[in-house]
Amino acid sequence: MNQLWKMDPNIKKTKNSADSANYPEAIQSPSQFPDEVLEKVLSMLHSHKDRSSVSLVCKDWYNAERWSRTKIFIGNCYSVSPEIVARRFPRIKSVTLKGKPRFSDFNLVPQNWGANIHDWLVMFAKVYPLLEELRLKRMTVSDESLEFLAMSFPGFKALSLLSCDGFSSDGLKSIATHCKKLTEMDIQENGIDDISGSWLSAFPDNFTSLEILNFASLNSEVSFDALERLVSRCKSLKVLKVNKGIGLDQLQRLLVRAPQLMELGTGSFQQELMSHHCVELENAFRNCKNLQILAGLWDASYIYLHVLYPACSSLTFLNLSYATLRSDEFTKLIAHCPNLRCLWVLDTVEDKGLEAVGSCCPLLEEIRVFPAHPFDQDMNHGVTESGFLAVSHGCRKLHYVLYFCQQMTNAAVATIVQNCPDFTHFRLCIMNPGQPDYLTDEPMDEAFGAVVKTCTKLQRLAVSGLLTDLTFEYIGKYAKNLETLSVAFAGRSDWGMQCVLGGCPKLRKLEIRDCPFGNAALLSGLKKYESMRSLWMSACNVTMNGCRLLAKEMPRLNVEVMKDEEDDSHVDKVYVYRSVAGPRRDAPPFVLTL
Amino acid sequence: MSMPFEEHDYIGLSEVPAMENSEKNNGLPLGDNEKKNTAKVLNLKATELRLGLPGSESPERETGHGGEDKNGYQLGVLKGFVSGAKRGFSDTINGGSGKWVYSGSGGSEVNLANGGGLFSPRGANGAAKSIGAGGVDSASQQTFVGSGVGKETVPQSPKPVQEKKPQVSAANGHAAAPAAKAQVVGWPPIRSFRKNSMAINPPKTDEDADAKLGTGCLYVKVSMDGAPYLRKVDIKIYSSYKDLSSALEKMFSCFTIGQCGSHGVHIRDGMSESRLMDLLHGSEYVLTYEDKDGDWMLVGDVPWEMFMDSCKRLRIMKSSDAIGLAPRAMEKCKNRN
Repeated sequence: MNQLWKMDPNIKKTKNSADSANYPEAIQSPSQFPDEVLEKVLSMLHSHKDRSSVSLVCKDWYNAERWSRTKIFIGNCYSVSPEIVARRFPRIKSVTLKGKPRFSDFNLVPQNWGANIHDWLVMFAKVYPLLEELRLKRMTVSDESLEFLAMSFPGFKALSLLSCDGFSSDGLKSIATHCKKLTEMDIQENGIDDISGSWLSAFPDNFTSLEILNFASLNSEVSFDALERLVSRCKSLKVLKVNKGIGLDQLQRLLVRAPQLMELGTGSFQQELMSHHCVELENAFRNCKNLQILAGLWDASYIYLHVLYPACSSLTFLNLSYATLRSDEFTKLIAHCPNLRCLWVLDTVEDKGLEAVGSCCPLLEEIRVFPAHPFDQDMNHGVTESGFLAVSHGCRKLHYVLYFCQQMTNAAVATIVQNCPDFTHFRLCIMNPGQPDYLTDEPMDEAFGAVVKTCTKLQRLAVSGLLTDLTFEYIGKYAKNLETLSVAFAGRSDWGMQCVLGGCPKLRKLEIRDCPFGNAALLSGLKKYESMRSLWMSACNVTMNGCRLLAKEMPRLNVEVMKDEEDDSHVDKVYVYRSVAGPRRDAPPFVLTL
Repeated sequence: MSMPFEEHDYIGLSEVPAMENSEKNNGLPLGDNEKKNTAKVLNLKATELRLGLPGSESPERETGHGGEDKNGYQLGVLKGFVSGAKRGFSDTINGGSGKWVYSGSGGSEVNLANGGGLFSPRGANGAAKSIGAGGVDSASQQTFVGSGVGKETVPQSPKPVQEKKPQVSAANGHAAAPAAKAQVVGWPPIRSFRKNSMAINPPKTDEDADAKLGTGCLYVKVSMDGAPYLRKVDIKIYSSYKDLSSALEKMFSCFTIGQCGSHGVHIRDGMSESRLMDLLHGSEYVLTYEDKDGDWMLVGDVPWEMFMDSCKRLRIMKSSDAIGLAPRAMEKCKNRN
């Protein structure tokens, strides 16, 4: 370290010059880095967690870290304020913000709850004029905000909006019009007003920098001509996900213009094609040598799936979750995809389809099986425990599962985790609330017990079925690495939740709905909530008194309640999160911060 | 007849189209039971649209059929639900507020109405009672459910984006199915975008309102020139033209042969069968279908899967009428011979 310092005696001390003047021995100390060097070293750190740890070492390191950080991740937009962020981090180029509680995806959070991006943007415009990336999840974003964004940051490159609301396609038009250096526009699953597809035509003719374009979840039709020209001139385009309005013949034309694509989301896969068009389309896929990810395939008609075959062998991620394929159709397709690491499907493929996955995809690491008819619970459809078993048997590297099913058994789950002990994410949704093991009629406690006992790396768990407190005893005792837990229609008493809060040392997010956990359970986590990002409890047994007590004891937590309409003392929803920003100032009338 | 039919009525709010047909059938010589017997004798179980009277499930019936099985199943589901309510839900209901359904502003699911009342403490018992009583028609059912949860909207409310499929189903009378299964807000946990996508595009079904939605089957009307009433078949259960045509032959044989016993039991003998085959394979009848564009086409030209996707209805046409269809229709008939 001495040598390092000697090598460049001209290194100026910026922030610490006052210190070194007063404490000259500090400079002589061999363990003292010049700030620039420390910053340089720390700039190679990318993980938020690492940076967080580094910033806690000492004041010098805290400073070096804050000056060298260019990307910021805020998991709960209310845990901190724009002012605090601006003060601490002077050189941010990329911001990721998450807003509403996750259960807002399932309509459990009323409209106008908050998480509006605008104040953040105003601050960013002041402090980070060089901002390049903004990634938002579950935030409210207005068209005005999008226009403000487009006009305020001349170097803006990447916009990603997932599960957001409040804007329309007009807002996208502003982005397309003004962001001359845009490389990414990723719009996914937002609840927005899709007024028209004219936003796409707003990209100027001399605009060529686009690398990622995802408008799969927008409904209105774009001008194909504009799209084709855009794709032609953006030579660096790597990701293209179009919406249902784009048909197969149009897809072929796009592929011909962009054979370099790595990720493709097709449009509607259903249109009637003449056979020579089929051949052309198949050739187009053959020419996409870099294609690794394939999605879309809306209303995929089986007769055209064969055009994909030339591209299938290089696929690592296949998203068929909007393609209603039957098991025989799917089996034929999956046989061509031996290198899959990640597969999303609908349960229309049934257990037979999943057996085929087990046979054909030995490298599979992640599988998600979505229900085609979540509200139509005809037991003759969908997948059962045997499909899941089959996948676990053939795909020993499996570590991420999201599985919606009608029935499950404890024995099956125990076998599954024996086959695949490396699960990091285990999300099982037995769709009928409170359903027991359908063979033994017992609760599903032992299933999840097996999961937490066997899968020591488990980070995320979602439980379902008929569950007593025993499940939560197991979780608290064994799930040492668990960070996120989702619970619905489960448990018998406060004891269940107390077990979880008393165990699970790494717990960060706990979301609970429709469980018999009350004040005792809520208050048992008093000390723990400050080490967590958030707690959500809805339709449980919590009362205003319990929440008030929590708020009083833990002033650095925000305790937000949404009251029961009929019962004044009973709390319908409570959202508890740590914050250095104090109670939020934009809470709507139905949210009471205690 | 009335009691089982009433139960069917309650469950089978979904089965309006089916009931229309069955009611038609009831007016004719073949009564319900008679039809069932006939079905058994002619081995039409796999193809016949039955009334699905409670408890009348056929063990040979394949999976994935809407209509009657669904009805029969739905009753089973309701029973299961009731006992399930006692076993699975009572803890949480008794222990807690019992309010599984939040009727809050914005974002409430439409079918919340159906589920909510059934899950609230008074609802659960109330539901059990009303199921047991049977004979509750759709209007009162919805009223009952609605009352449990205050200002809930009934399924036909204008919130199409959320729950389009069940609403369209409700138009067909499917409301009972999701209602029986007690829909809860935000459960199963699926994002709105995905829900709406599946709702607007129910898998592999015909846009024709007569088709059963979302059950993986495709019922089309089959008419035969000269026959007094139409039939309906689920063409998804067949894997080839051969399958379909033999099923249709059997289904319509009684018209061509014109020999029905007083109980509607068909007299099955070799001669009748071969005569039937002759009639359909021969020059007297051809099988045609109406495709998505509304054109009448000869069955058999396109690959089976394509046919399944585009067929909206079938018609067994007299060859003399089919001359206008195409000269090759006649050739085809000759080839078959």
